[in-house]
Amino acid sequence: MTTPLTTSVALPELVDEPDEPPHRRRGRSRLHRASPLTYLTLTFVLIASVAPLYYMVVMASRPNSDITSNPPPITPGGELRDNVTRVFDNPDVVFAQALLNSLLVSLVATITVVTLSALAGFAFAKLRFRGKNVYLLAVIGTMMVPVQLGLVPLYMLMGWVGLAGSLWSAVLPFLVTGFGVFFMRQYIIQAIPDELIEAARVDGASTFRIFAQIIFPALRPAVAVLGLLTFMERWNDFMWPYLTLSPENPTVQVALSRLSGGYYTDQALVMAGTLLATVPLVLVFVLFGRRIVGGIMEGGVKA
Amino acid sequence: MHLRDRLARIDIHGAPYFFIAPFFILFGIFGAFPLVYTLWVSLHDWSLLGGNEGWVGLENYSELLADGYFWNSLLNTFAIFLIATIPQLIAALALAQVLNSSLRALTFWRIGVIIPCATSVAAVGIIFTMMFARDFGVVNWLIGLVGVEPIAWNQERLPSWIAIATMVDWRWTGYNALILLAALQAVPKDLYESARLDGASAARQFWSITIPMLRPTLMFVVTVSTIGGIQLFTEPLLFNPGANSITGGDTRQFQTSAMYVVEQAFTGQRFGYAATIAWILFVVIVVVSLVNSLLVRRIRSVD
Repeated sequence: MTTPLTTSVALPELVDEPDEPPHRRRGRSRLHRASPLTYLTLTFVLIASVAPLYYMVVMASRPNSDITSNPPPITPGGELRDNVTRVFDNPDVVFAQALLNSLLVSLVATITVVTLSALAGFAFAKLRFRGKNVYLLAVIGTMMVPVQLGLVPLYMLMGWVGLAGSLWSAVLPFLVTGFGVFFMRQYIIQAIPDELIEAARVDGASTFRIFAQIIFPALRPAVAVLGLLTFMERWNDFMWPYLTLSPENPTVQVALSRLSGGYYTDQALVMAGTLLATVPLVLVFVLFGRRIVGGIMEGGVKA
Repeated sequence: MHLRDRLARIDIHGAPYFFIAPFFILFGIFGAFPLVYTLWVSLHDWSLLGGNEGWVGLENYSELLADGYFWNSLLNTFAIFLIATIPQLIAALALAQVLNSSLRALTFWRIGVIIPCATSVAAVGIIFTMMFARDFGVVNWLIGLVGVEPIAWNQERLPSWIAIATMVDWRWTGYNALILLAALQAVPKDLYESARLDGASAARQFWSITIPMLRPTLMFVVTVSTIGGIQLFTEPLLFNPGANSITGGDTRQFQTSAMYVVEQAFTGQRFGYAATIAWILFVVIVVVSLVNSLLVRRIRSVD
């Protein structure tokens, strides 16, 4: 009973796909072959995807005088550092604090979503209890509920508990997601063999001990994907933080809207701020893109 | 029975509920309760500062039916939703087909397609608002190259709808394409094989195999797009920067219903009335989702 329950099992990778032409792989043999037209189409789509971001870089690195010129500038200029400095020095928008706030809010939500989803997902995947299917249906149902429309009582609720305007009010509504629970359940079903849990039970381990020492450590790939998706969603969230947070204590997205609202004429400043808010996530995408793609595709099929 | 056995029994029977409880408690407090309480608030005269000022029954609802601004916002919401969603679904389906061929650098193209998802809705709103600016925006410059007169995108109704729908589509088309791609890959290949043996054309295969097999996923994509589309808020808010951004243009030409909820709640300080609009929107979402599911169900009868 006192033996540590650290068991390492080789788990299937959740999302990694070999980056080779799929016709070499099993089961894909009858895919139609990519023609030059296919690549031309994809190149066009890629340009459309990247063009607005490129435009943002161009505008963020130009002086204001260039931005109103005709034809519009199409190459980056040399003023990026200057514009970024002006964003941070701007007295009306506390941009550095906004970045930190966004980081805090996103991290807290990511940690709770991942752990609580793993906990509930484990129960739905591997434990037996009365009413399980009904509860699972309820979880799936929560994904279809437009909770944003409850914004008026939510705002009142934050006032009642004395959290109006605090960072907590921006985090609390997002501590769990139905998607997270369902995602973890799907992963645990296919990745954790029942025998592993049975063996631990025979050893006398409690259910929580099994979760903490066997299940959770084995969920690393799923934790990574769900964590990334959750972090992105929270970092990019706008409506609720915009309503609940004060201008003195915003997240970065809220700060952006204030920048663009108050300084409509200072386009270079607005664009530099937008760039600062966007770059971290684009970097995450480039670094972990493969996992994110896999997570989106997994989530979509199963839901 | 030994104490240890009894504890083990409690553990086996109780642990599952203990594990799923955090999800349901947190969702109940911050998701379900506010949404349901919205109905209660809507039956009262309730102000931001004064609180509950008394039961008014259905008065808010009769006021809403006669409120031209509300109907205007609903028209804008649906127009933008349709202008955005229909082309987006077609494009996503086409893109999924293209991505489903034997590509080199598979992951590269997939990441390229969803790069826009890394951009926050606030950033999208700000960048595209600048691109659609009348005097120095890059869109007017581009259409000027082919001889089209500059368009005042945020002044008139249809142009503003198109501009906002463009923002929505830019961010979501690739994401939906990936979800549809995952579903495409799950279609058994021998279905196509036998169809080919029967002499079915590519078009016939698409309508008789691909579309029916994609039905559940199409349903998912359409439902998610509907829920998001009817709650559209950030893009139109940032399309009209300045103090009055919540009205969606000088003549409310692109104010969505979600914006009208927020305007009534926070600018008008009428929580009761705002809750009424929110509750009606909730009903609208439920109805539209049901209609969607009926429509998508009909797909089966195509073959």
